[in-house]
Amino acid sequence: MPKDSGIGASTKRREDVRFLSGKGVYTDDLNLRGQTYAVMVRSSVAHGKIVSIDTTAAEGMPGVVAVFTGEDFKDVGGNPAGWLINSRNGEPMREPKRPVLAHGKVRHVGDAYAAVIAETYQQAKDAAEQLAADTEIEELPAIVDMAAALADSSNRVHDEIPDNQCFDWGWIEDNRAAVDAAIKNAPHVTTLELVNNRLVPNAMEPRASIGEYFPGTGDYKLTTTSQNPHLTRLLIAAFVMGIPENKLTVVAPDVGGGFGSKIYHYGEEAVVLAAAKKLGRPVRWTAERSESFLSDAHGRDHVTKIELASDLEGNFIAFRTETLANVGAYLSNFSTATPTFLHGTLMAGPYKVPNVYVNVKTVFTNTAPVDAYRGAGRPEATYSLERVIDKMCRELNLDPFEVRRKNFITTDMFPYTTPVGLPYDTGDYHATLDKAMEIGDVAGFASRRAASAAKGKLRGMGLSTWIEACGIAPSHLVGVLGSRVGLYDAATVRVNATGNISVMVGAHSHGQGHETVFPQIVAEKLGVPESSVEIVHGDTSKIPFGMGSYGSRSLAVCGVAVTKAIDKIVAKGKKIAAHMLEASEEDISFADGKFSVAGTDKAKSFGEIAFSAYVPHNYPLETLEPGLEETAFYDPGNFTYPAGAYICEVEVDPETGKVEVCSFTCADDFGNVMNPMIVDGQVHGGVGQGIGQALLENTSYDENGQLLTGSYMDYAMPRASDVPFYKVDYSCQTPCTHNPLGVKGCGEAGAIGSPPAVVNAVIDALHSGGHTHVKHIDMPVSPSRVWSAING
Amino acid sequence: MHNFEFVKPSSVADAVAALKDEDALALSGGQTLMPTMKQRLAAPSKLVSLTGIAEMQGVRQSGGVLEIGAATPHAVVAREAAAVYPALAALAGGIGDPAVRNVGTIGGSLANNDPAACYPSAALASGATIVTNAREIAADDFFQGLFSTALEEGEIITAVRFPIPQKAAYAKFEQPASRFALTGAFVAKYAGGVRVAITGASEDGVFRWSEGEAALSSNFSPAALSGLSVSADGMMGDLHGTPAYRANLVKVMTQRAVAAAS
Repeated sequence: MPKDSGIGASTKRREDVRFLSGKGVYTDDLNLRGQTYAVMVRSSVAHGKIVSIDTTAAEGMPGVVAVFTGEDFKDVGGNPAGWLINSRNGEPMREPKRPVLAHGKVRHVGDAYAAVIAETYQQAKDAAEQLAADTEIEELPAIVDMAAALADSSNRVHDEIPDNQCFDWGWIEDNRAAVDAAIKNAPHVTTLELVNNRLVPNAMEPRASIGEYFPGTGDYKLTTTSQNPHLTRLLIAAFVMGIPENKLTVVAPDVGGGFGSKIYHYGEEAVVLAAAKKLGRPVRWTAERSESFLSDAHGRDHVTKIELASDLEGNFIAFRTETLANVGAYLSNFSTATPTFLHGTLMAGPYKVPNVYVNVKTVFTNTAPVDAYRGAGRPEATYSLERVIDKMCRELNLDPFEVRRKNFITTDMFPYTTPVGLPYDTGDYHATLDKAMEIGDVAGFASRRAASAAKGKLRGMGLSTWIEACGIAPSHLVGVLGSRVGLYDAATVRVNATGNISVMVGAHSHGQGHETVFPQIVAEKLGVPESSVEIVHGDTSKIPFGMGSYGSRSLAVCGVAVTKAIDKIVAKGKKIAAHMLEASEEDISFADGKFSVAGTDKAKSFGEIAFSAYVPHNYPLETLEPGLEETAFYDPGNFTYPAGAYICEVEVDPETGKVEVCSFTCADDFGNVMNPMIVDGQVHGGVGQGIGQALLENTSYDENGQLLTGSYMDYAMPRASDVPFYKVDYSCQTPCTHNPLGVKGCGEAGAIGSPPAVVNAVIDALHSGGHTHVKHIDMPVSPSRVWSAING
Repeated sequence: MHNFEFVKPSSVADAVAALKDEDALALSGGQTLMPTMKQRLAAPSKLVSLTGIAEMQGVRQSGGVLEIGAATPHAVVAREAAAVYPALAALAGGIGDPAVRNVGTIGGSLANNDPAACYPSAALASGATIVTNAREIAADDFFQGLFSTALEEGEIITAVRFPIPQKAAYAKFEQPASRFALTGAFVAKYAGGVRVAITGASEDGVFRWSEGEAALSSNFSPAALSGLSVSADGMMGDLHGTPAYRANLVKVMTQRAVAAAS
């Protein structure tokens, strides 16, 4: 019997009422008295030396109140990378300063080198055009291709980095010799070279920021599109501008999607703050869509060679990968963690493979910075593994389901530490595979294939069995790995005097549904109605210091902080109840919203206890503080390890190469599920993005570093008509062993597991049509690419 | 977008007069011009709206000819031409999305002659007559390459006359991002023979596939095209399709149009 409230209920998302009725309040919706408008002046060339910027004419144009260039920020700190990665030889990564505005050189098309502030947006836009015309940039050869960038030291994105390499990372370096030997001696080695295509995040709401300065107090306020306002404040305060944190408030109001791209601090945020101080007026900036294409941190962009060594029965002996990972022109905040510890550590998959070695070289190029995007490193690992396994099955004529089954880590092996260092706590990979095969009706595939053939279509089925590490992250572990921050989260539960509850959380909701799910947990634990619980997030002046939302961490980290704070509330409530009921604290139990004395009918409701805490007339004031408000910080003991099996069926039209996704089946293990409807939505969205990556989304720079896919005329986003009705199941649940909710996280799963299932299905379809020469097609598997592969 | 003057005349004569100003541009549905202006890639001093001219609106049948006012939105054509020329109505109903179809017009599409637009293929395959304020132009003479037509400076399309075919169909393969025609084939069968016009494929814009026409004129069936191959020479190549791919689509989409029309 499904519950209708509390943990496990499909409570409807309360935030959707305002989102769907146009009552959300996003950054650009705010209008402030005396506000001014900023427009960035962006480079139209990928690589160039700034020879001169003459601001005179722009400054004299109607309405212009200020002009900033890189010169104005040359002495402030740089926007840092959040992780320090060491190369195989022990040298620290090369870490060029990322300026607020480009200074000396521009390094990608869209690199902002000046900002114009004016009374109106159109005036700022006019002056920005003038400033661009009055700027002399000596164009330099663009560095676009990663291999060429490494090979040519005469042309440098950053003058001080001769080979354009950020680092050359080995994981785990001590495994290398054993892995090399295992591959050399293996009965069979499958090799695959593939591209994990660069993606533009395309959040529905473009980035926007408003800076304010209050001269009476010297306080700053930044309203911005952020997934983690405290992290943004920390970066601006401690690294970029030197404003003390207690003089800077960062507010991220309603945010229309992020997918990672709004984790990071961007230069525009510093510009509007500096301008607000200079002018004593609010300064606002909102990206145009074309600016989003050029200047949001992009995702993925790996070129990988993967080798799989096996015996002839398909038992895995070793994986070895060599990857070039593009970091673009500058290091964005998570850019060094994404291709390393969010990627290399997953390269054992859910398999008991004894030997794994991962090499990643990160490369600077004259392209937009690349950073974490939904899944962040784990989709790249999963794609490489699941594609090479599929290729191995074809080479050895083995059943891909059976091959997974014989290589899975079994339930009796947990906890299980992989050769790439992650301690998986629990899982049941056979169970999710069996479930996917059942609800995906694998048994009936042959007849569906025959029906497709009768229509002239080639039907294929593709499998992906994925695992990820999320619930980011245990601070002690990431600290060892190079993280420069802790990755706990925090929550404050404030029981108000009349019994309703405000919960201040460090997690930030930009579509996830926190405002609904966290109250479900609070309601369940305290025996109060969900409607009496309100979530407060996104404002550093109101919430405790938490790290925000990314890496499928909100529930598994911040949600646990909420439960820990509730535990403290209950513990204090018992003390109050013991006093009021004249019993000993040990005899008080709390259930269904009541504090009761064991073995008696004496009880006090939660509301009575709360009221007593704030009106402490009958209260143990000598031993207990009044009030009922508790904060908990929670630092996870381990990552969480959701896993699952995805089965995709496609039809390929051999005449046009068009791929239609006919069905997509997901059997996931997310541990315990708090709100099934929201999990459905997360999986749907993630799989939709994965299908988009697999079939449609192509970020293409030409040899001059111009973005060829800089608008929706050429950048293909998935639409409703491109995706099927999904079959989603998460009934296989092995609860996380190290958090009290037993949850694992579900936000990125769909985007991680789905791309290889789609591509494997396409290859399967082509082989069924006799096109067995097609071993691989790089994403996006577009009609033209499929047709060319068939006819190539 | 830069500032501009805006006028909305109620007669063709007034519109022609208004367009005599330097840097004045005609505005019909604006589905190409407005985004271009927003990106500051076009900055006309004056926009002359053509949507307030009654005689440029509507769908009319006269004998074997369907006449469509040049400022008629796609959605109106999709609805009102359905009984008389269903293939044309279906083409109109497949352009863009509902917002585009309720604003974009047939005259605007033909005058712009985007190489990936749908309407030029219908006009060319139907042997339509493009009626302007000054003259009548045969479709065969009207389309002159990418974004290029026989229209003179300041000349306004007022209507388009389509001879109604015995059978016709349009088959479009959509470019994955824009959903414009990566290649679209319009096939129309008349008593005098079959006409095939292809959009989206050629570097010279919409064109008639004469080999296909000849084969279909003697045998109006997809099989009639089986032995033909289309050269990739002169086909467009971009991220979404190589010249060889587009050449393949010319044949495949024509066959599908014939199948749909048969």
